[in-house]
Amino acid sequence: MDFKLTEEQQMLQDTVARLVRDSYGFEQREHFYRSEPGFSREFWQQLGELGLCGMPFSEAHGGFGGSGVDNMLIMTELGRGLCLEPYLQSQIHAGGLLQQLGSVEQLERLLPVLISGELQLAVALEERQSHYQLLDVQTRAERVDGGWELSGRKVVVIGGHSAGMLLVSARTRGEARDEQGISLFLVDPQAEGLSRKVYPTIDGPKACDLFLERVLVRDTDLLGEPGQALAALRYQQGRAIAAQCAEAIGSMQEACQLTLDYLKTRQQFGKPIGKFQALQHRMVDMRTELELATSMAILAACVADQADSLERSRRLAAAKFIVTRAARFIAEQAIQLHGGIGMTWEYNLAHHAKRLVMLSHQLGDDDHHLSAYAELLHSA
Amino acid sequence: MDINYSAEELAFRDQVREFLRAELPADIAERVRLGKHLSKNDHQRWQRILNTRGWYAANWPVEFGGTGWSVVHKHIFEEECAAFGAPRLISFGVNMVAPVIIKFGSAEQKAYYLPRILDGSDWWCQGYSEPGAGSDLSSLKTRGVREGDHYVVNGQKTWTTLGQHANKIFCLVRTDPQAQQQRGISFLLIDMATPGISVRPIITLDGEHEVNEVFFDNVRVPVANLVGEANQGWTCAKYLLSHERTGQAGIGISKAALAHLKQVAAREGRLDDPLLRAQIAEVEMQLMAIEVSTLRILAAAQAGGVPGAESSILKIKGSEIRQAISHLLRKVIGPCALPFLEDELDPAFAGAPLHADYAAGPASQYLNLRKLSIYGGSNEIQKNIIAKMILDL
Ligand SMILES: Cc1cc2nc3c(=O)[nH]c(=O)nc-3n(C[C@H](O)[C@H](O)[C@H](O)COP(=O)(O)OP(=O)(O)OC[C@H]3O[C@@H](n4cnc5c(N)ncnc54)[C@H](O)[C@@H]3O)c2cc1C
Repeated sequence: MDFKLTEEQQMLQDTVARLVRDSYGFEQREHFYRSEPGFSREFWQQLGELGLCGMPFSEAHGGFGGSGVDNMLIMTELGRGLCLEPYLQSQIHAGGLLQQLGSVEQLERLLPVLISGELQLAVALEERQSHYQLLDVQTRAERVDGGWELSGRKVVVIGGHSAGMLLVSARTRGEARDEQGISLFLVDPQAEGLSRKVYPTIDGPKACDLFLERVLVRDTDLLGEPGQALAALRYQQGRAIAAQCAEAIGSMQEACQLTLDYLKTRQQFGKPIGKFQALQHRMVDMRTELELATSMAILAACVADQADSLERSRRLAAAKFIVTRAARFIAEQAIQLHGGIGMTWEYNLAHHAKRLVMLSHQLGDDDHHLSAYAELLHSA
Repeated sequence: MDINYSAEELAFRDQVREFLRAELPADIAERVRLGKHLSKNDHQRWQRILNTRGWYAANWPVEFGGTGWSVVHKHIFEEECAAFGAPRLISFGVNMVAPVIIKFGSAEQKAYYLPRILDGSDWWCQGYSEPGAGSDLSSLKTRGVREGDHYVVNGQKTWTTLGQHANKIFCLVRTDPQAQQQRGISFLLIDMATPGISVRPIITLDGEHEVNEVFFDNVRVPVANLVGEANQGWTCAKYLLSHERTGQAGIGISKAALAHLKQVAAREGRLDDPLLRAQIAEVEMQLMAIEVSTLRILAAAQAGGVPGAESSILKIKGSEIRQAISHLLRKVIGPCALPFLEDELDPAFAGAPLHADYAAGPASQYLNLRKLSIYGGSNEIQKNIIAKMILDL
């Protein structure tokens, strides 16, 4: 057993931390948020130049062969800076799907530009009714000559507005909730019949809804075998969950630190409010939740890239559950302990709190993973 | 013991329902239900309708144009208003400064200000909190120095709710810097148009402009605008705080929010999820307990008792349950709670919603309602009060 980072991992952590510190001050983030892409293209380019965009990909494919722990280190720092770039969605989630399902031709076509940072991908899985259920797919793909025609609607595709290519799940056969019959397609956002409605999410990053009306996708843009995508979707969602847990840890650390600093400086009734024992205990509860959540994020990082198994699924569901609960507790208490100041847009804490609460609306909330875990009890 | 309303009270409830069915504007009720923003005009329209019926000043004695209702009648009225989706009254004028003026004000002040509150001529805001004086309100530093017939006011107030709409502000200012903290404070009525006052918006985390900073730079306030005695403002403040706290449990609003939650859960097809059902059941049971607790306190007040620290219990539980319901509503919406659709939240929005009409509000509202456990005496301060006043600790 060993929970220490290697020297290379230390360096990776320092590199990302420095980059985020230098580029992601509060004012800068605010500026990126209000800009057209909703994030910093320059920052993204720097991630590419430093090789960070290629971290999650295998060396065989020209990447850096980073482990789950490497992904964790990157995501924690991006979380600390509340970065708006779709690194998780593009490099880890979509990139993982591409690497797992892609043909040699598809990998050669897309991986080099993905690794260099020139191309961003986005994952379009969620639908109006699906509520985190990957198999609840109503978007349909009809067989036509030389390819498929996709029709349907995808919601809240984070980074979908800036992605050069979209990974869209659609049914090539079966009924809404069948395990079989789900396929994954590479869809060009400029394709005829596809339109996007773009908006910011409440915690910052931009997203969009996709409206697909008989969008033609060539055979060469089907990822993997027709109708067989669900296993890969589930596996890669697990990797995305591990990355998101790490992101939450960075944000929780920052929220706890800001709150602790505030308790020591804010004076009421003639003393720092941190002298009130009721608040001390609350702060202790926050730190305790952070500790346990950190453990679960580490566990998730260590199993994320393991071969699929029941044990892996259970651990990832548990990590997402524990981290989601801790994130909400810390967000709410951090605001409460700040009083009115904690509710203001001009103070960074409020944005951490929003992110920490809204992370639960991606990749399944606490209820979703509690149910998933409970289901798995049957199979134990 | 009898937990039921009397026949007379039930008849009153029917009367209220009939009025709300006939008079509450549907578009306003819709915005309230969906958690969208309300315009100044929305509030004013509803105030006018209530005032026409003679039901705007529920807390005032009849002689000043109030209803003279019993506490139980007031409770019934509030609960029904919430159930029908009436906007919560902006209380600063009608339910905060007015009771203070009625209790401590001069005959001239009553004659001038009270009718203006009733007919909507004045929109009041509350100038208590300062950057350095939140929970420890009596440490406030805004100063009022007597110069002839005027107080010259300098300093800053903050968190001033809807100050951008207001033409009047009631303020606590320090008029005797030598006296002990709570002495030496006076209660002043100030016209926002007086030279030297500036208002700066504070945007909250949900992107809303609901609170403000108000700056006072050599603002000359006529001594006639002092309420009660000089340096006795803390008495007014305490009296007002007790008014602020009653009805704070907001049972009616929570019940309406719970009903909305159930409807949305059904429309989202989520009620077959046993986990979600259990959580909804849990808030419903807790709400039941808070409701009966409220009725017990009301009955005691009806019998002539003064609600004491028990109202702190209601404030804590009432705010927590309201926050819990807003959390569940956000959760029920799932991924579709993420889009930040400011245009859809706007009172003037008339287009087609991105997802469902009920999907745009919940995340913002959840964030906004964090305020419930912070203002009006934070929940920690309420616990301190309970520890001291009820438990004698
Ligand atoms: C949306 C909103 C609207 C508001 N509207 C108005 C308005 O219209 N007019 C107005 O005058 N004010 C208004 N307020 C201000 C409100 O009354 C204050 O925010 C409140 O009194 C708390 O003060 P504070 O924000 O300075 O927090 P602080 O007093 O600094 O408190 C910070 C934290 O310390 C805790 N704390 C403080 N003292 C103790 C103690 N002794 N023991 C244990 N814990 C303690 C608090 O509970 C809180 O968790 C509003 C606030 C908000 C958020």
